[in-house]
Amino acid sequence: MLPNAVPVSWYLVLSAILFSLGVAGFLIRRNIITVFMCIELMLNAVNLSFVAFSYELKKIDGQLFTFFVMVVAAAEAAVGLAIILTIFRHRMSLEIDDVSSLKN
Amino acid sequence: MNSLFPTPADFLRVLPVLILTLFGTLLMLLEPLTGDGKGEKPQLRWLAILGLALAMAGAVIAYGDPGPAFNGMLLVDGFGTFFTVLVAGTGLLTVFCAQDYLVRERQENGEFYALLLFSIAGQCIMATANELIILFVGLEISSISSYILAGFLRDDKRSSESALKYFLLGSFATCFLLYGVAWIYGLTGSTNLSVIHYTLGAAPVNPRLLALSVALMFVGFAFKVSAAPFQIWAPDVYQGAPSPVSAFLSAAPKATAFAIFLRVFMTAFGSVADQWQPLFWTSALATMVVGNFAALRQNNIKRLLAYSSIAHAGYVMVAVTSHSTVGTAAAMFYLASYAFVNVGAFAVVSYVAAKGEKHLSIDDFAGLAERQPLAALVMTIFFTSLIGVPLTAGFFGKFYIFKAALDAGMVWLTVLGLLNSAVAAYYYLRVIVVMYTHEPSQAVNDLEPASSGLQIGWVTAATATVVLGVLPSALLEFASRAALLR
Repeated sequence: MLPNAVPVSWYLVLSAILFSLGVAGFLIRRNIITVFMCIELMLNAVNLSFVAFSYELKKIDGQLFTFFVMVVAAAEAAVGLAIILTIFRHRMSLEIDDVSSLKN
Repeated sequence: MNSLFPTPADFLRVLPVLILTLFGTLLMLLEPLTGDGKGEKPQLRWLAILGLALAMAGAVIAYGDPGPAFNGMLLVDGFGTFFTVLVAGTGLLTVFCAQDYLVRERQENGEFYALLLFSIAGQCIMATANELIILFVGLEISSISSYILAGFLRDDKRSSESALKYFLLGSFATCFLLYGVAWIYGLTGSTNLSVIHYTLGAAPVNPRLLALSVALMFVGFAFKVSAAPFQIWAPDVYQGAPSPVSAFLSAAPKATAFAIFLRVFMTAFGSVADQWQPLFWTSALATMVVGNFAALRQNNIKRLLAYSSIAHAGYVMVAVTSHSTVGTAAAMFYLASYAFVNVGAFAVVSYVAAKGEKHLSIDDFAGLAERQPLAALVMTIFFTSLIGVPLTAGFFGKFYIFKAALDAGMVWLTVLGLLNSAVAAYYYLRVIVVMYTHEPSQAVNDLEPASSGLQIGWVTAATATVVLGVLPSALLEFASRAALLR
């Protein structure tokens, strides 16, 4: 290990901050694309945690998991953007508050 | 034992997943080569039925040689097999019930069946997963296909809105689940459920961080099973999605979400049960109350069924809270009976709603018994089962759940749950009264007779409901044996 290396806990704190930013953005932002980006931010925060834990535990599998997460995130992005596109075609708007036709 | 290459036994144990993936791919390949120009594709329908039937058979064959597969990533046991057969059966029923709808909307094509099969393949992985990352992958295979299915009528405003809400909130929930998995990995050094169980039992880990990671995973799972306070997406998604898809979503993915919920919390977190039980207790009660009281005010039948599905998730949560083999068996029985009932009820709804899903208010069901007696009869069977009237599957389901809760000493939760079921009787009975006593509505007068495929779907679901209500012992015995999750 390098001397003066950044301690693992810092990575975990950073990951927690990124995750919280993602949650806050998801709840506060009103543009669908931004909301979607917040989900991606949360997934990447999780990836950072996996890598940090993997380093801490001296086990390689944590780094492997990030690949699974990335693949799933890519698949999700493909489907999600397609869904957002159909929403835009119907409403010509990407404001999440305009998507509210389903009521009793 | 830790061989680098998968053995034939490994492949045998994932037989249902292999069959479903193969047939799903075949359906997509054959899609451009079929069709009679009128929007009907019976060949693909039968191929999907064949694939699902073979998957059920494959699950039974795989259970002939139970055990772990792929270095303990998957575990084929009675519990997993139960849910694999259940979701494949639900899929089969959905195909029968969907055909009228798809032909009417000119949407019968290979993609629908392929996505259905892929979604079920993901659920089979979930049901047998013994490892948190595989569980996540299975969950996502199932979810991503379901998002597309919810938005399947892409020219329909409601359907795409349903897909968007399902997608955004579903992915949001998955992030929580995954963050919980990351922390569990950090705390225990493993994502294998059995290893986590031993690690938590052997060496104490930081209790605060453990509570945090368990809570994060709880949030993720609670979203997926629509338990309060994470149930907000369900009414909108079930209302906007095409009826056969709503039927499928409220039955199969929910059942498997409960399956992983049970497996993770009973095995991996079994030793810290006293910590998570209060969380489940509160959520179970809130889910029942929110579902039932919101359903009272609904006039849209799909929304009513959505809130009813939230309430029923609450009853299953009661079974999970009891943290016992009896509770797990009760939850399994309940989910099976609920799957038949809900697919059947949504099939009747999709029939009455007619082209473009115009007729969805409860008043549109007026006089259904006079014009279409079979539809009204099966709907009555489904709704009496949802109420929990004796001689239907719903009665024994509720009976065993509340018995498990009493055995676990949760008297108050049992009492409040029973009061909730009494409230629920009102909104179900309201629909039955409208069907039998009111003058036929315009919507009912215009109905064409149901196709034979749809009738097969109705009658199968209704028969299953009654048979499970009269002779529950065979299924319950299997569930009790399979519920020993260790």
